[in-house]
Amino acid sequence: MKILVPISKVPDTTSKIAFVDNNTKFSTDNVQFIMNPTDEWYALTKALELKEAQGGEVVVIHAGLADSEQVIRKALAIGADSAFRIDMDPTDAYAISVEIANHAKTGGYDLVITGKETIDYNSFEVGGMVAELLDWNAVALVSKLDIAGGKATATRDIEGGTETVEFSLPAVICATKDLAAARIPNMKGIMASRTKPLTVLAATGADKLTSIASYQTPEKAKECKYVSVDNVAELVRLLHEEAKVI
Amino acid sequence: MSVLVFVEIADGKIKKAAYEAAYYAAKTAELTGTTAEAVVLGTAGADELANLGNFGIAKIHHANDARFNTFDSKAFAKAIAEKAAGADIVVLSFGPNGKLLAPRVAVRLKAGYVPGAAELPTFEGGTLKVVKNVFSGKAKAFYQVATTKKVVAVSPNSLSPVKGSGTAAVEAFAPAVSDADFGTVVKSVDKLTGHIPLTEADLVVSAGRGLKGPENWGMIEELANEMGAATACSRAVADVDWRPHHEHVGQTGFMVKPNLYIAVGISGAIQHLAGVNQSKVIVVVNTDPEAPFFKAADYGIVGDAFVVVPKLIEEYKKFKAAAH
Ligand SMILES: Cc1cc2nc3c(=O)[nH]c(=O)nc-3n(C[C@H](O)[C@H](O)[C@H](O)COP(=O)(O)OP(=O)(O)OC[C@H]3O[C@@H](n4cnc5c(N)ncnc54)[C@H](O)[C@@H]3O)c2cc1C
Ligand SMILES: Nc1ncnc2c1ncn2[C@@H]1O[C@H](COP(=O)(O)O)[C@@H](O)[C@H]1O
Repeated sequence: MKILVPISKVPDTTSKIAFVDNNTKFSTDNVQFIMNPTDEWYALTKALELKEAQGGEVVVIHAGLADSEQVIRKALAIGADSAFRIDMDPTDAYAISVEIANHAKTGGYDLVITGKETIDYNSFEVGGMVAELLDWNAVALVSKLDIAGGKATATRDIEGGTETVEFSLPAVICATKDLAAARIPNMKGIMASRTKPLTVLAATGADKLTSIASYQTPEKAKECKYVSVDNVAELVRLLHEEAKVI
Repeated sequence: MSVLVFVEIADGKIKKAAYEAAYYAAKTAELTGTTAEAVVLGTAGADELANLGNFGIAKIHHANDARFNTFDSKAFAKAIAEKAAGADIVVLSFGPNGKLLAPRVAVRLKAGYVPGAAELPTFEGGTLKVVKNVFSGKAKAFYQVATTKKVVAVSPNSLSPVKGSGTAAVEAFAPAVSDADFGTVVKSVDKLTGHIPLTEADLVVSAGRGLKGPENWGMIEELANEMGAATACSRAVADVDWRPHHEHVGQTGFMVKPNLYIAVGISGAIQHLAGVNQSKVIVVVNTDPEAPFFKAADYGIVGDAFVVVPKLIEEYKKFKAAAH
């Protein structure tokens, strides 16, 4: 089975969020970038588990500029066989998805496993877009996936529970927590990652359909109103009369 | 027709989040000087659908077709895109189905897509600006869409739809979707019965490692029961199996947005806050006055959970009794 895992690069959650150029651009000063956690912990590792169980190949793909190399090498260190980087500034999900789908179309893949969403923009768009561009089956928020005899069974989150569905391959899966067990790259993996193939592809220049005009940060931090342990009744009163939430 | 909203139903009933999407669509239509229509897929009664008229929907296109009673992203996208051919703005809900469906619809229409609108849009000088929370709620972004056709998915629990009075005409819709388009077959559904779904709850009572052990969750459940709240927990607690993983909120768990989030014995690590800081009101109970959670709180009690929670249950009971 040949599996494609699109990986994204995001600011570490502990990064300070600031904007420059009159609040039109995210400031990358002192920001540490990491592989998007869902991509690393669940999408990539599920792909590796499937390969180990049934044979095949795991390829990672990333739309980004040259400074993403470290993130891609980490995916190779964790166990991916090879990687592609589409050379572009990844600002629009449609443009990213067109490039990924173009590659997937010709690559002979059985499965594309994305993360559910990136932790910076929480957009949840690339998986669905790639699926539609390929006209493939897709299942999102998948926490369990089994594949046998060309048929896949997946458990996905729904409102207030889960649902188990069956579908045929090829398909796109958007991973969520518990899909696989996270792995830490070991020394052997790190050594191997240096020589695994990383191919840079030119972008075809797909249209960008959306842009962010500006950002806004909250005016000021919340002011916490303290209530004494001996006066819990006051908290209930405040929640009812002031906050009006009960 | 210019604004079309996909209204999701479950077991013939309009989902709560779908009312929000309908309201968003009606308000957007008002802003842009057009009307809002809805598309509904699956078996539902006309009375139920007529409710949408009260939220500003003028017409409903209903595919009363049992094939749509279970979700398939490909078939649904095809049907919605077919109806959206004449619409400029397509609105969906950013729920478990909509998150996969909306980008598919956007691609079919080659429309720019804004996922997870958090407020009603603005419309100035012919430009629609959609507001979305980014960086786990630490900032807002104003999205602009370059294409004439636009797709917007509305974050659940972002709006409080105001019920007016109106009537919506229901028209039959027979989408050109073949059986082969339904690629996924539902084998089983596992709903947590007797629980309020976390992501839909208006009130959430959550607890963390400060509770010392799983045996101490009785009071959290009791408080939640009294209040009609859902229960949640920190990842630290789910990781050691004190609580099930479907309760874990945060960056790697569920994102919740209730009116009230009560956090008991949770430190307020940034990854936890990422999943809860869009709650309208946050109450924090923690023995440590320096716990970072207090910085994100609206109300705080510095104190021992084992003292505060029983008192809170008692006071809440009194409040409830007095209110009736
Ligand atoms: C990449 C990454 C992703 C993560 N994702 C998530 C996520 O999605 N969700 C999440 O929750 N965490 C996540 N974490 C973990 C997170 O960083 C914290 O470790 C975790 O949230 C801590 O859980 P806690 O607050 O329950 O425990 P602790 O940090 O141990 O805090 C316990 C708190 O209880 C208080 N306390 C102790 N006794 C009492 C008492 N008797 N009464 C009242 N208060 C008391 C203490 O003062 C303390 O503040 C993630 C971490 C990483 C690195
Ligand atoms: N620039 C990118 N390159 C490759 N894959 C990406 C990129 N951006 C997003 N993805 C994939 O799409 C998923 C959803 O991202 P998003 O739609 O941006 O929230 C991520 O978890 C990745 O698997």
